[in-house]
Amino acid sequence: MSGHRREGFFLAAATGIVGITFGVLADAAGLTLPQIIVMSALVFTGASQLAAVSVIGSGGSDAAAVGSALLLAARNALYGPVVARLLPASWVPRAASSQFVIDETTAMATMQDNETDAADAFWWTAIWLWALWNAGSMIGVWSGAVIGEPEVWGLDAAFPAAFVALLAPHLRHQPGRVAALGGAALAVATTPIMPAGVPLLVAALAVIPGWLVHRRDDTEVVT
Amino acid sequence: MSWVSIIVLVVGAYGFKVFGVLGLGRVADGAAARVEPLTSLIPAALFAALIVVQTVAGDEALVLDARVVGVGVGAVAVWRRAPFVIVVVVAMTATALVRWQT
Repeated sequence: MSGHRREGFFLAAATGIVGITFGVLADAAGLTLPQIIVMSALVFTGASQLAAVSVIGSGGSDAAAVGSALLLAARNALYGPVVARLLPASWVPRAASSQFVIDETTAMATMQDNETDAADAFWWTAIWLWALWNAGSMIGVWSGAVIGEPEVWGLDAAFPAAFVALLAPHLRHQPGRVAALGGAALAVATTPIMPAGVPLLVAALAVIPGWLVHRRDDTEVVT
Repeated sequence: MSWVSIIVLVVGAYGFKVFGVLGLGRVADGAAARVEPLTSLIPAALFAALIVVQTVAGDEALVLDARVVGVGVGAVAVWRRAPFVIVVVVAMTATALVRWQT
């Protein structure tokens, strides 16, 4: 199995662990099994699902749950222009493929050196991720009594730690480091004053200083 | 949670994804060479923000807890070029140990 396929599988496995957390919390929040299955299969964006069941679990309304989940889902739109060139060109398969445009698939695709590997990494990750995310949420539903509080097992550290590994290749060049530092700073600054999800959209503005650095470096090469 | 809410969530979440690919993706294609440096930086900015949010965000507040230790240990593992699985496992273990100790 080539390197990116192995990594894609392991990333999907780590995300499956987060899926267990979702299953435990969704079940505890009183969602029915069919509802949990539909959410994992069709919403298919982890942070949003976790936000929705956390709101419900802490006694919030459906409207608040859907609102915060959709704010978190909005960032997936920003991955569209990043991976669009890897998706099928004809309209219907292209629209269907966009269901898989999320953090993990974008991360695996953008880690590759060429377009063929990028497309392969995208799809390999998408399929394993879908399978293991759904499997994880089922395991969570059925083993909630055994697992108890997911935090006790450190399950909530799995996602951010995985993304440290996925961010690393983007830090190899100066514009990437500037964009990452800016994104992190904007997230820290806005988290205390904005609802969850919005800080991620604000953080996307950090591509601008990154781009300015990129342009400056380009100009230096030319002159 | 009502079925109506779940369906709204399904449609909304897909709506953002498909808007990104068909809408924003098309704009990016049209202006390919000019916006490529900009779009290629989106993952760097967003992943860094995701890490921060997942590590220190509470309910509209910054919270420093066991996650910080776990993700810190995970970051050291990344820096030491540990395999992906090891990164995730050490981060979870460190977080769990800190919670167990406190």
